[in-house]
Amino acid sequence: MKPRGPLLTLLLAGAFALCVGPFYWLAMAATQEDKDVFSWPPKLLPGGHLMENLRGLEESIGLTRVLLNTLVVAGVQTLGAVAVSLLAGYAFAKFEFRGRNLFFVLLLSTLVIPDTVMLIPIFQMMMELGLIDSYQSIILPGLVTPFGIFLMRQALRSMPDELLDAARVDGAGELRVLWKIVIPVNRPIIAALALFVFLGSWNQFVWPLIALRSPEMYTLPVATATLQGLSTTNYAQVLLAAGIAAIPVMALFLVLQRQFISGLLAGATKE
Amino acid sequence: MSSVLPERVPATTTAAAPAGRGAPARTGRARPRRRRLLTRGSVPYLLIMPAVLGFAVFKAYPIASSLWISLTTGSGDDRTFAGLANYRRLLDDPLFWTALKNTALILVVQVPLMLGLALLVALALNSTKVWLRPLWRLGVFVPSLTGLVAAGVMFSVILNRDAGLLNWVLSLFGVDRVNWLGSPSWARVGVVLVITWHYTGYNAVMYLAGLQGIPKELYEAAMVDGAGPVRRFVSITLPQLRPILLLTVVLSTIGTLQLFDEPYVLTGGGPDNATLTVTMYLYNNGFKYFDFGYASAIAYALALIVSVLGILQVRLMGERR
Repeated sequence: MKPRGPLLTLLLAGAFALCVGPFYWLAMAATQEDKDVFSWPPKLLPGGHLMENLRGLEESIGLTRVLLNTLVVAGVQTLGAVAVSLLAGYAFAKFEFRGRNLFFVLLLSTLVIPDTVMLIPIFQMMMELGLIDSYQSIILPGLVTPFGIFLMRQALRSMPDELLDAARVDGAGELRVLWKIVIPVNRPIIAALALFVFLGSWNQFVWPLIALRSPEMYTLPVATATLQGLSTTNYAQVLLAAGIAAIPVMALFLVLQRQFISGLLAGATKE
Repeated sequence: MSSVLPERVPATTTAAAPAGRGAPARTGRARPRRRRLLTRGSVPYLLIMPAVLGFAVFKAYPIASSLWISLTTGSGDDRTFAGLANYRRLLDDPLFWTALKNTALILVVQVPLMLGLALLVALALNSTKVWLRPLWRLGVFVPSLTGLVAAGVMFSVILNRDAGLLNWVLSLFGVDRVNWLGSPSWARVGVVLVITWHYTGYNAVMYLAGLQGIPKELYEAAMVDGAGPVRRFVSITLPQLRPILLLTVVLSTIGTLQLFDEPYVLTGGGPDNATLTVTMYLYNNGFKYFDFGYASAIAYALALIVSVLGILQVRLMGERR
């Protein structure tokens, strides 16, 4: 046998370094003084300015408030989108009803239309409703996700009908069937969808950039981007903000890794 | 109470039920059955209602409204119908063509580069001879979790000419400093590098799953027939991966055509409009100059390009019947 193992391992270690290296550098840079971010050679060991940079961020963008905004928006959007997707996915997977196929095709066909097409009408709508610069303006448009509905439909379709019918024969109402059987049986894929939505919502940028006006309503990506646009940018702080944005999603991913990847594949491999 | 029931029962079940008020004993027996049909009849509509409402308000209406706006000029709600004027303006707008050219250039270089690398990584990850596979898999996937803004901010410093991490690493190999974000052509390379860093691992994990779904017997049979590694790759691996390859090609194409966040944060579209993308140009027209009509026309032009490319890709790579 040729020594393929070590060679491939080396290749993957290289890919790993390229992917993870920037994060290591980011973590180190976020603990430096601003002037040391641009020192040559780059500082690759921890500096002692983490707390100072945190305080700086609190002053410049109101870090606590901004984190709270981002958490509220992402949390509510995740709950809402998962609920809408679950209900609709259940209907598509397990019920016959008029307009089923038509609506499903319509829903999926919007996947090819760039989100940018919808920006301006939604902006006008939010203006008219007086919702610009509010949590609702960010949360509402993200509640219907064709991908989420598709994913739920695929998952629930593989659930045996006998399971549902057994509960119905026992006199359980449809809500009870949903709550006591459909959700527990499909918990992993629901968790995966929740993580997907949370990730997208936590990181979303273009729409919040347009819909949010006042700094105390900003989400973390918007606040970070505006901070970088200043002429007197403190780069240690900007990098710290970028690092803080990455922490929750990575933690969630580590906890839910298995579900996340299987969810990704369920969307990809089933026809 | 029971008289309300038949009205809600779907026509088919009323027909099946005995006409008129039957004997109490009969209705008593039929009731549980009826009630079940009744609830199941309205249940799917109730389940689907939130999705339908959201779809109507936040997808269907905006898509239709945007088309209308693209056919008008004016400011705010004060719009006058202008036919195809915005689209004609688009064809004569050198900046739109620049944006389209930049986007196309990034697309043609970046998507094949990224998907090629992803396939390579996936093949390596799929080899049982590799040590510490879960660790590498986790590592290459991590960048795709980062938000676009966080990644953009991070790389705006890493790609810095005088003190960036990348130039420092390159200098260890004796490479001179590159002006990544300052010169028009290098700025494009920089944007491509960042997107490739961001999404290669995601695609690699998708390919890995595809590879693991290929039946081992296919390879065993090919080995018996004396097929070499290249032959096995071309006649088994690639065809078996086709659905997932198609999916990643389509998704990456859509994503790159809508590229906005990275150039916005990294270069602001510069230098000299070298990294101005179509979506960025749309954003500038819509939300800097508030020219909604023109911005909507750009959006529709982009949607058209995305769908045409998507259909072409599905035709070229899709299952042949």
